[in-house]
Amino acid sequence: MNDLLSAILAGDRRALARGLTQVENDSPQAAALLDGLFPYTGRAWVIGMTGAPGTGKSSLVTALAKAYRAQGQTVAILAVDPTSPFTGGAILGDRIRMRDLSGDKGVFIRSMATRGSLGGLARATRDAIRLMDAAGFDRILVETVGAGQSEVDIARAAYTTLVIEAPGLGDDVQAIKAGILEIADVLVVNKADRPGADNTVRALRTMLEIGHPASRQAMIRHHGQMVAAPETPDEANLWIPPVIRTVAIDGQGVDELLEAVENHRTHLALEGRRTALERQQTEIEVYERLREALIQRLLAEVPADAIEAILARIVARTLNPQAAVKALLDQYSQKPKQGA
Amino acid sequence: MSEPIRVLIAKPGLDGHDRGAKVIARALRDAGMEVIYTGLRQTPEMIAEAALQEDVDVVGLSILSGAHMALVPRIREALNTSDLSDVALLVGGIIPDEDIAVLKAMGVSGVFGPGTSTEDIVLHIRSLMGAKAG
Repeated sequence: MNDLLSAILAGDRRALARGLTQVENDSPQAAALLDGLFPYTGRAWVIGMTGAPGTGKSSLVTALAKAYRAQGQTVAILAVDPTSPFTGGAILGDRIRMRDLSGDKGVFIRSMATRGSLGGLARATRDAIRLMDAAGFDRILVETVGAGQSEVDIARAAYTTLVIEAPGLGDDVQAIKAGILEIADVLVVNKADRPGADNTVRALRTMLEIGHPASRQAMIRHHGQMVAAPETPDEANLWIPPVIRTVAIDGQGVDELLEAVENHRTHLALEGRRTALERQQTEIEVYERLREALIQRLLAEVPADAIEAILARIVARTLNPQAAVKALLDQYSQKPKQGA
Repeated sequence: MSEPIRVLIAKPGLDGHDRGAKVIARALRDAGMEVIYTGLRQTPEMIAEAALQEDVDVVGLSILSGAHMALVPRIREALNTSDLSDVALLVGGIIPDEDIAVLKAMGVSGVFGPGTSTEDIVLHIRSLMGAKAG
């Protein structure tokens, strides 16, 4: 067993930090590390927290972490912020709101930039969660800016997903169209002391009545590209997402939120629901990794100038993209591997 | 796979002027680095713990209060205690010339006073990292 691995399992914070850097960089050592850690994962409860900028996610993460600490649970936080598409740099500022947590050895906070591809981020997030899990934290809070598909994907790595809203950010049509609401296990209206909070709560409740939560399973399957016939909705089996009002900065509603998360946890623990959820998540992950690996393998065989030539022909309208992909697959993917 | 340089920007002590820290954070971001900004009023222990958790290559301190001779050695020591002696420490702010050599002797790799161009700081960090890699 390598040193870093055993140090992480022993709860060494420095080792965990180094391991996180390795998985983030997708370095060669990361694969061996994850391989060794995997049997020790699956113990922590992973909570995804997403919502638009300014809804108070970081403050709510802090409040929730404090509440868990008061119960004696250890907490790891993974705070994801966007990388600039222009420079590749990032400013990761979530720690500013998490100041109250510093000095507590039962809390570990890591900031992560979104960096390159969407698939890459989802991979790095899942791997980072596994490291924190193996390091022995009881609860892992993953915070992402809820701005699109990548955040939805990250939330799918969690067992319980919180979607955070705040008053005054949009009308009820916004609530319906924003696809991220459909992934919510718990809806939170933060800054609930502000004017308009009642309207936001009402809009979310209405939205929940319109969109039947059973649609959730079908949607996950759809994005895993496994469009299966929807199962018969079993009313008793349904989890109806509660709408919780909070004021994160003074702790209002945090106990109720914690209770909602724990209720969801209990719900999943029954009747093999957790296993079903993990099976769905696993399916998504395996397909994603397979897709990445196949692309990498194919591109390793295709000379760069061949790609350039194809791109030029498409731009010149002498080849269409579908035919280009078919030609690439015909020419390269059937070739027997030498030595492999 | 690219491995961006990770930098922690911290404001130790009690001064509340963080515009300089924010300007630096932004310049480093624009240079392609990942900057973790901790906010105001950080103790040496908080800075060392954040540097450890974030596994940064560089810690940049912004100090405008004049307390640098008291704060910097405590921060360097806290970093070393956390097994982070290989993390480079930079100091920016109002630092009298006569203190610069003393700070450097304490293990500060660069001191940047008013009027420093952000480009100089970027180059300094890149050269530190280049030395580390090579």
